[in-house]
Amino acid sequence: MVDLSVKIGDVTLQNPIMPASGAFSWDYGDVIDLNRLGGLVAKTICREPRLGNPTPRMAETEAGIIQSIGLPGKGIDYFLENIVPEYNKWEPPLIVSVSADTAEDFAAMTRDLSVDGVDVIEVNISCPTKAPSGGNFAMHSEHTKEVMDGIRAATDKPVWAKLSPNAGDIVSIAVAAEEAGADALVLCNTFLSLKIRTDNFRPALGNKFGGLVSPALKPIVMRMVYQVAQECSIPVIGIGGVTKAEDVVEYMLAGASGVGIGYAGFRNPTALTTIIDDLDEWCDERGIKEISELIGAVRDDDIEWDPLVAASHGV
Amino acid sequence: MTDLTPEDKYSAKPIRIGEVDPHPDKPTGEFISIVVSNDYVNDEYLKMVVDVPDRALTAKAGQFYHLLCPTPDGAEVWMRRPMSIYRVDTGNKRLEFLYKKEGRGTQGMAMLEKGEEFNIVGPLGVGFWLEEGWKNIVVLGRGVGLATLAPLSQLAAEHNVGVTAILSARNPEVVMSRDLFEGLGANVIEVVDTDGSSDVDNVEKILEGLITDGKADAFFTCGSNRLLTLMKRLGKAHDIPGQVAMEQNMACGLGACYICMRTFEVDGEKTLRRVCRDGPCFNMQEAVGW
Repeated sequence: MVDLSVKIGDVTLQNPIMPASGAFSWDYGDVIDLNRLGGLVAKTICREPRLGNPTPRMAETEAGIIQSIGLPGKGIDYFLENIVPEYNKWEPPLIVSVSADTAEDFAAMTRDLSVDGVDVIEVNISCPTKAPSGGNFAMHSEHTKEVMDGIRAATDKPVWAKLSPNAGDIVSIAVAAEEAGADALVLCNTFLSLKIRTDNFRPALGNKFGGLVSPALKPIVMRMVYQVAQECSIPVIGIGGVTKAEDVVEYMLAGASGVGIGYAGFRNPTALTTIIDDLDEWCDERGIKEISELIGAVRDDDIEWDPLVAASHGV
Repeated sequence: MTDLTPEDKYSAKPIRIGEVDPHPDKPTGEFISIVVSNDYVNDEYLKMVVDVPDRALTAKAGQFYHLLCPTPDGAEVWMRRPMSIYRVDTGNKRLEFLYKKEGRGTQGMAMLEKGEEFNIVGPLGVGFWLEEGWKNIVVLGRGVGLATLAPLSQLAAEHNVGVTAILSARNPEVVMSRDLFEGLGANVIEVVDTDGSSDVDNVEKILEGLITDGKADAFFTCGSNRLLTLMKRLGKAHDIPGQVAMEQNMACGLGACYICMRTFEVDGEKTLRRVCRDGPCFNMQEAVGW
């Protein structure tokens, strides 16, 4: 029997598998048993109701889909009254994702969401498609520090900071979030992208820019998770291109304590539970009793740097 | 997972024919179907027949399946393709899909051969519904939209509701679903572009005639914005309720991602709805069209 549980700060997840915010709702309970997931991650909520972005909201490219949803929702009051209870019908901890345009409102919303039934507040300080300006604090370390300071002061709930891969130096952003008191770092939001149609010369998305969602993100985010885990001591959650159990293992070796899954759950609604089962089997076959052993267990301290010696080794 | 048994009441993976169903009560599943046939039925349309596990047969008229189409070229088809169900064959435990090879998804789908596996998710969405007191309905569809409307023939027959089906197409050779409607006793009227009978003016005359004859307690349509607009106008003028099946690009198909939005107008206010979960069948008078 493998112990798949992981600790993200004070929160224990029964396994490291979570949906990524925006790619999930309780509707998935129509297909899979949601009680098997490590956590339930709600779509990002904003204070006021939002329609979201114009359609088309998705376009396929050779390297994955780009999408631009624009955080549609019915506002925080509806969320607290209706959506939190909907998720609370299930057992895994509820991770609530929140976005605001100003640091002040981020703090206020975090306070408003600090209620029973909400286990973790994931602050989406990095949505690339919400608005052309504002909202994406995670592009700069000083903005990250400012917004996170206010959020930290507003709640005793665990706060996970969701960062942006579009920032120039992800490590400095991560350090800023940690110094401001984040309990965990979520890497990453989507990569800002563009597709132009060659049949009519128009952008393929109604919002012009979108976020790339694809297995292609995995090696890029893997590098970011690795770099951030080297510098930060709080847990890291890796999101990008997980489609199978070995991808989870890889993220954990790089230093992640958990993963978020988006694309794979779109493609196969059973993907998350499949990956949990496969992960259990993967560990079992290798005699790994506790999956947390894998966190940061990448073996890179004895890398051979001499090219002449390295080239004489096997692969 | 080696130590999993059916008694554990869960299985993570897609469900295969003959396997114990871990979630018999869930409305939707991810199933591995097996292709029985996948051939052209006329110059334009193909019909795929697949063997499916039992739960996949619970699909209702107007619901859809989300299909994981193989790639027809060098790049992946990343997202599933939603497709309405043409026919549920409970006797043979089969589903049928009628489609036109157009985009990359359907091009890939057309490559599947007898015996191959096809991963399908469904049934999904809100299907057509019949209300008390409807004795006769009018079904008006065009092109591949007729595939979506075809299961209505069965639903109506089960409820002893009379059907007039107006089938619109470019030419008589590609009129779809004629046999299905006729076989279940529907009064079938074909209108085609080649003789001008599919013109909106002519279709309007036909509909007006059916209203006068008391054959139109409700309207159903799919596949043409022009015909939706017509039915909506007549429905409003004569106080005839109606439903329309709509489509939109989708990602999850389950209601989570909010990609498949369409505009609707309810009590004078415009709003967005998810085609996958709030539809794909909607109150015609609330649909704004596309």
